[in-house]
Amino acid sequence: MREKILAIIEKNSRLTTKDIADILGENEERVKAEIESMEQEGIICGYHTLINWDKTADERVDALIEVKVTPQRGQGFDSIAHRIYQYDEVDAVYLMSGSFDFTVMIKGRTMKEVALFVSEKLSPMESVLSTATHFVLKKYKDHGTVIEQPRVDERMKVSL
Amino acid sequence: MRSPLNDRITEIQPSGIRKFFDIVTEMEDAISLGVGEPDFDTPWHVREEGIHSLEMGRTFYTSNAGLKELRTEISNYINRRFGVSYDPLSECMVTVGGSEAIDLAMRCMLNPGDEVLIPQPSYVSYTPCAIMAGGVPVPIELEEKDEFRLTPEKLLEKITPKTKLLVLPFPNNPTGAIMEKEDLEKLVPIIEQNDLYVLSDEIYAELTYKGEMHSIIEFPGMRDRTVYINGFSKAYAMTGWRLGYCCAPKLILKQILKLHQFAIMCAPTTSQYAAVEALKNGDEDIARMREAYDQRRRFLVTRLREIGMDCFEPYGAFYVFPSIKRFGMSSEEFANRLLREEKVAIVPGTAFGDCGEGFMRISYAYSIEDLKKALDRIEAFVRKLPDSAFFRR
Repeated sequence: MREKILAIIEKNSRLTTKDIADILGENEERVKAEIESMEQEGIICGYHTLINWDKTADERVDALIEVKVTPQRGQGFDSIAHRIYQYDEVDAVYLMSGSFDFTVMIKGRTMKEVALFVSEKLSPMESVLSTATHFVLKKYKDHGTVIEQPRVDERMKVSL
Repeated sequence: MRSPLNDRITEIQPSGIRKFFDIVTEMEDAISLGVGEPDFDTPWHVREEGIHSLEMGRTFYTSNAGLKELRTEISNYINRRFGVSYDPLSECMVTVGGSEAIDLAMRCMLNPGDEVLIPQPSYVSYTPCAIMAGGVPVPIELEEKDEFRLTPEKLLEKITPKTKLLVLPFPNNPTGAIMEKEDLEKLVPIIEQNDLYVLSDEIYAELTYKGEMHSIIEFPGMRDRTVYINGFSKAYAMTGWRLGYCCAPKLILKQILKLHQFAIMCAPTTSQYAAVEALKNGDEDIARMREAYDQRRRFLVTRLREIGMDCFEPYGAFYVFPSIKRFGMSSEEFANRLLREEKVAIVPGTAFGDCGEGFMRISYAYSIEDLKKALDRIEAFVRKLPDSAFFRR
């Protein structure tokens, strides 16, 4: 049942436990208990809202930074990642396979702000060998949802 | 001046529900749960195959029966699902939707006066097609107590020496009823003893939510008496591509193909190329969409029962068929008032035969969010009705 609950709330976290129970044909109390224990176990880590900030008055930029590092003896990549993700500007950090080590997603108000973060905070870190900053210009699809244009139901309203 | 028209077509009554449809279409803020087609887009890899075929300039007729590759995939599919084999070259053909196949099969099988048994409530085209083919439609009125399945008793009751063809419209639109293996099994000896032919319209076959799906063609001797009809509209969300198919013993298919050749030439070429991809690599898409429908089905049934709209558990297609008998009004009145007062459109059961009176068809080819919105309005409507369960609590 856990995976089924997760698959449902991954797409829509606003559904009530009653809704989820009805969808799954399960008991509401059981669903509620499962969700609570998944929250405690850190399987469910948070509930977020998918926002297209481009359509708001707020000025925001997202950047993807490729980071190469020298892993530290005995601690590998984890301790470097720990030092990077402490910054509030950092939205996500992933350890990667391939030609660089970390993907660091940054949220900032302006490109300059992001650039300054990279040059003043990220690059000077001891183990960081190099960085390459890429700014997001436009989001077409995010978290499995096409955000470019809202979906319109083009079917005839009634058909037999 | 003499009439320019054929007598039979003028005698066929236009669907009484047209007026209701027109009102719905014009009411811009109405929420509709009245749609009879999937809300999903055709899977992208299928669309891409259609686009690719256009880029390659495949814009000509195909052979009358359809692309050989597609017919082979159809034959493989039926073998995979039911363990029944049809020769792709002489027993399978591609049609313009399942509906073309229904029309052609009736015209190729019926002689004047032949009776056609049509279980109802069911899709609206069987009766007019039977009439235009010179046959005599004989409705079999299915009942909620049987979960709208066709029972041997109901079948026997309507058989006369003139009965030639039995339509099997399962999984059913509008009731969502299915026929399980045991249900079909019981019909087999009756079909055989009375020398009936069967038109099995299995367009919703992939949308079955209880156990394995079964077809009448699996049973001994039945394949040779059956025109099996299916298509891509519901299973792969391909309604606009207009593509269906039928499989039948050589003797019957040969004549259906002849008529198709004169009337249609061939099904749309682009759609056929897309359909090959659907059958080859579309099983996962079907599973994904089926799971989504099943979730909505459970959600809708639970909520409707809570509201006080009793319904039997439907295990097929994407419809729920709740009873409104407790509210003391006709299906049409219920539909009209719900539309006017709460702006929700659902289809009265009577659109699918007289015995649909007292029931409503609610489609769940909608997102959970849409269903929730509509259900809240339906609940508000039902609460206002004097005879509702809420007042008795």
